[in-house]
Amino acid sequence: MTTPQSQVQTPAAKAAYDARWQRIMDCVNLKQPDRMPVSMFATFWLAKYGGITNRQLMYDYEKVGEIGERAILEFEPDAHSNLVLQCALGPSLDAVGFKQLQWPGHGVSDTQPYQYLDREYMKADEYDEFLFDPTGYYLSKYLPRIAGAFEGLDELPYLPGLHYLRMLSGIIPFINPRIRESMEKVIKAAEEVKRLNDHQFEFIARMKMRGFPTAFGTTSIGPYDLIADYFRGATGMMKDLYRNKEKLLQLLDKSIVFILRQTFAAAKQWNHPIVFIPTHWAPDAFMSPKQFETFWWPTFRKLMIGLIDGGLIPMPLLEADCTKRLEVIGDIPPGKCIYWFERTDMVRAFEVLGDVVALRGNISPSLLTTGKPEEVDAAVRHLAENVFHKGGKLTLDAAFGIPDETPVENVRAMFAAARKYAG
Amino acid sequence: MADMNDQEKQLVTWLADMNEDDAFALAKKMLLEEGANPTRVLELCRNAMDIVGKRFEKGEYFLPELVLAGEMLENIGAIAKPLIKQAPGGEPKKLAKILIGTVHGDLHDIGKNIVTFMLDINGFEVKDIGIDVPVKTFIDEISQFQPDVVGLSGFLTLAFDSMKETIAAIQEAGLRDKFKIMIGGGQVDETVRNYTGADAFGTNAIDAVSLCKNWMGVAA
Repeated sequence: MTTPQSQVQTPAAKAAYDARWQRIMDCVNLKQPDRMPVSMFATFWLAKYGGITNRQLMYDYEKVGEIGERAILEFEPDAHSNLVLQCALGPSLDAVGFKQLQWPGHGVSDTQPYQYLDREYMKADEYDEFLFDPTGYYLSKYLPRIAGAFEGLDELPYLPGLHYLRMLSGIIPFINPRIRESMEKVIKAAEEVKRLNDHQFEFIARMKMRGFPTAFGTTSIGPYDLIADYFRGATGMMKDLYRNKEKLLQLLDKSIVFILRQTFAAAKQWNHPIVFIPTHWAPDAFMSPKQFETFWWPTFRKLMIGLIDGGLIPMPLLEADCTKRLEVIGDIPPGKCIYWFERTDMVRAFEVLGDVVALRGNISPSLLTTGKPEEVDAAVRHLAENVFHKGGKLTLDAAFGIPDETPVENVRAMFAAARKYAG
Repeated sequence: MADMNDQEKQLVTWLADMNEDDAFALAKKMLLEEGANPTRVLELCRNAMDIVGKRFEKGEYFLPELVLAGEMLENIGAIAKPLIKQAPGGEPKKLAKILIGTVHGDLHDIGKNIVTFMLDINGFEVKDIGIDVPVKTFIDEISQFQPDVVGLSGFLTLAFDSMKETIAAIQEAGLRDKFKIMIGGGQVDETVRNYTGADAFGTNAIDAVSLCKNWMGVAA
């Protein structure tokens, strides 16, 4: 895989595209780029920028594309995130009957962002079932719990054991109307998600024609975050560190296999080498160094090595402050990853990891949302002078993308300051 | 632990060391088979939680230990509390009243729940009014509960404005000087404290306990 997508319209746009992509890849390869790249990651901020509600942003594919294009043309980032895919989820969530989020029109107001519902989607006594047969567990328990469209699949027959002529009588449950209805709903939902993806593909191609690459193709997830966030829930997982330690470790290890398979398939679909991996459970304050090195880091590292060995570039976003983790997470082959930090001291990250990974981030959300343009300018200058100009392979961005409430003049200040202080 | 017998010391040690199974079995035996005073057993639990809190402050314990400690306390409390009416003694006097909630627009509660637990085991009377709390509900609850400290929680950046609005409404209602206001949550920092007009901010549950103790003039 080289550069994402194809179809560049003009030589000038191609030159601009190549130069932008080269900056990102120079950083990954630990070479000094011609200037500090700036990336644009936004979700509901686009509603503010475009003067529409969050609900409209979630339901209007065309509008998101239009606003996203306007923002990209105004700010000229070196890379942009999957703006349509991240925002216009409403029709797909409706179609699949998604239960893990509340979004405008579904539990929150039209001006609020979607929010995740932290719950136990997997019970504490279901480790054995999940470990023995992940596919069966997904079909009969997990998917029906997280999406209404899958609810009938909890009556699917148990497929292992359907051998030879036993298979014939074993498939009789497929005539169950609940199963049939469920499959029809899933197919309809899949068609909606395909429409969403097609809009994103079209947006990517359009931006490429204008000279702007995407910052990543697909997303992935670390094993600990997968189980904590989407299966056991935050408190369930924390109790499992004591109550179900061995089974949890087995599940974390086993999940690497299916996370990698999913990620490789999606990276191929999006034809992009960079894999965005949001993480929530690495922060200094969340678990002890020993717990981090037992439960979080080993399987996360194996996942990243798997991605690297398969020719992909992991880009974990390490939420909150992970300053005390820097030495541990530096144990990765040099020149293969981008570490995006949220609240970690970027200067310290550069000192510890500067010769190992590219860096991304991290203008403070509180500053962007409540500060003045000159304060944003000073924060960018600080990173330019103390990281980029000292040899740090930094892509400038907000701490986890542009916060939804950020005044547009502060975003303008961030991009302008990057050019002013770092080329 | 000087005033404890060996069995009581064992319970406190097992609880503080996260030895959940042994601690629960012993507490159950003491309460249901040996007729131990349930108030005394809960006092032992509080002693253990005090050790847990100190280990958290020292950086030996983290969130998993606070969560498990809360669970152990709840499970033992479920057996002990129904027995209390039959035994002498009562709850110790609370240090102060704290009202806490996640501001409107934000549905997050993990951090708030941990802060609530830590304040509770440190001797405060805490009223948790939940998530996505409208400004008016805060005002009504404050008027009714008469807290010494109000804690506003929020994880999302939208919480900055919700906190600011809530504090402004408290000011307008003429209640601002009756208690201290602390804010906390994933993105909260000094910039946000200044923006919202809160008295202080905290980045973890220990900060919340320290703030409340300092404001109440209690030795931390």
